[in-house]
Amino acid sequence: MMMNVLKKTLILTLLLVPGLARASLEIVITEGIDSARPIAILPFSFNGTTRPTENLAEIVSADLMRSGKFSPLARIKMPQQPNKASDINFAAWAKEGVEAIVVGQINEIGIDRYTVSFELVDVLKGNSGPSSQMLNAGKLVTSNEHILDSRETTINGGQFRQYAHRISDIVYEKLTGERGAFLTKIAYVLVQPDTEFPYQLVVADYDGVNEQILLRSKEPLMSPSWSPDGTKLAYVTFERRQAQIFIQDIYSGRRTVVSTFPGINGAPVWSPDGESLALVLSKDGNPEIYTLNIASKALRRVTNQRAIDTEPSWSPDGNELVFSSDRGGNPQLYSVNLVTGTTRRLTFEGEMNLAGSYTPDGSTIVMVNRMQGQYHIAKMDRQSRFLQVLTKTNLDESPSIAPNGSMIIYSTMHGSSQVLALVSMDGRFKARLPAINGQVKSPAWSPFL
Amino acid sequence: MNVNKVLKALLIAVPVMTLAACSSTSSTSADDGLNSGVAEPVETVQVETAEPVMSPAEQMRQKLEALRQENTIYFDFDRATVRPEFVEVLQAHGTFLRANPSVRVTIEGHSDERGTPEYNIALGERRAQAVQSYLQNLGVSAGQLSTVSYGEEKPVDRSRSETGFAKNRRAVLVY
Repeated sequence: MMMNVLKKTLILTLLLVPGLARASLEIVITEGIDSARPIAILPFSFNGTTRPTENLAEIVSADLMRSGKFSPLARIKMPQQPNKASDINFAAWAKEGVEAIVVGQINEIGIDRYTVSFELVDVLKGNSGPSSQMLNAGKLVTSNEHILDSRETTINGGQFRQYAHRISDIVYEKLTGERGAFLTKIAYVLVQPDTEFPYQLVVADYDGVNEQILLRSKEPLMSPSWSPDGTKLAYVTFERRQAQIFIQDIYSGRRTVVSTFPGINGAPVWSPDGESLALVLSKDGNPEIYTLNIASKALRRVTNQRAIDTEPSWSPDGNELVFSSDRGGNPQLYSVNLVTGTTRRLTFEGEMNLAGSYTPDGSTIVMVNRMQGQYHIAKMDRQSRFLQVLTKTNLDESPSIAPNGSMIIYSTMHGSSQVLALVSMDGRFKARLPAINGQVKSPAWSPFL
Repeated sequence: MNVNKVLKALLIAVPVMTLAACSSTSSTSADDGLNSGVAEPVETVQVETAEPVMSPAEQMRQKLEALRQENTIYFDFDRATVRPEFVEVLQAHGTFLRANPSVRVTIEGHSDERGTPEYNIALGERRAQAVQSYLQNLGVSAGQLSTVSYGEEKPVDRSRSETGFAKNRRAVLVY
């Protein structure tokens, strides 16, 4: 056990130190890398005079490792470093147990213009040797069956990081059959007590890089939620010393107030069609779930209980909401069909279940589960009702699911700091994104952008 | 037993010392100590002070200052019931608000950091409302009272310990 941990730490240190030194939210893999598939992302060769500031191979490696599905080979273990498929010594890579290789080149073609090309190569197919040569129309040709993908594109110096995530998406999809989510973003609230504006609404690349502050406030900010087109955030602000819901355009900065009733204006969540928000209002005395048509301002009350009803989340088809309610004594998850009005209790395991949300395929509900006083992220299969606790961290809250359903980002405690953490949907892979400065809350994973 | 003797001795001593203090420009520190210690129970003399005249506004401000010192009510985990030990505090606020119907107070509801931010907003509101209805039952007019819940967003103690949690589960009356 101890040895295993040690071994893991060693491997990860080798992998991480060069790759993520610059990232503002450093990622620490805490568990599960041993179940991942071995892969190699070779350094891209560079031909030109002005080197790009970002290292493509390191970004792609970090992406794939962070997905929990791949274990990129450390550079010092690489038997060779070719930059094109035809130079690969397949036997040497097969010996390392590597399944697939990414090789590539960067050519500077003008001022701040670069051509980037890469190939994704299947080691097993490549290693089948002479049989990859075959007769085609009477001529002996080399089969390209082992090249799973190859692309070439022209970018400027500022686009390397983004293009690296694009490569990660392509590799991930080719090898898993599932769409990659490396070009997505996260929104979160950063709290720095004792500063002039302690509450900040921030968006960053999904890996925490390229942080951009969208709003600074002296009063709390809560519950960012992405519009399905990824251009806007709805959130709660206390800037007027009362809760209000605003929608802010990420690119223009334009803010509109959408809900400012007496009492709670909380937990806004965009409907899948982008036309409505589900939200919580207590204007009639206690917290109830409503839907609000953003254009017409039409408000529809969904729940009617003398209990706390909160944390609505839409089913992928938009016909149902899951929400938390303490109508049964302690908070548990319920669902309400918006067409028929039928309400059903979903969770029965644990002292509390809160903050439920559907996975993109609708098969599973992710939540915060409290058992023996411990708050952890859990998931429940909708059919079998089987509940599985996914995390072992402390005071877990605010789970948000990647748009491809592969990972959950959530907020948790590390030492005395509130930080963001990742857990794969199967619970086997875990990572932490420590904040350098302040408490990080309420992460929200963007849709595909 | 000896207390009575001491008291009697003092009853005699105090006037003497007072005289002594008057007749001399300097007094020893021992004299000062005795003086302040026994001024109260003496019936042979009565010390009166001139009360500075306070305007009603000043009186109100002073009262408010006192109320601001004791403006926090603490709650049990996942509960919004006013505990008996805070009845007195709320009665003081209630009396003041009834006497000063133009004064408005905002009741802030807070929770500890356990559970989810959204549920905690609801819990904080319940706590603020519990205080609000307590004050209304004491005869404070509804128009003087407003509530806001900050949930777990404004903890006073960020230690995430049991004592920290207990300090954060609160309602605060803000004038």
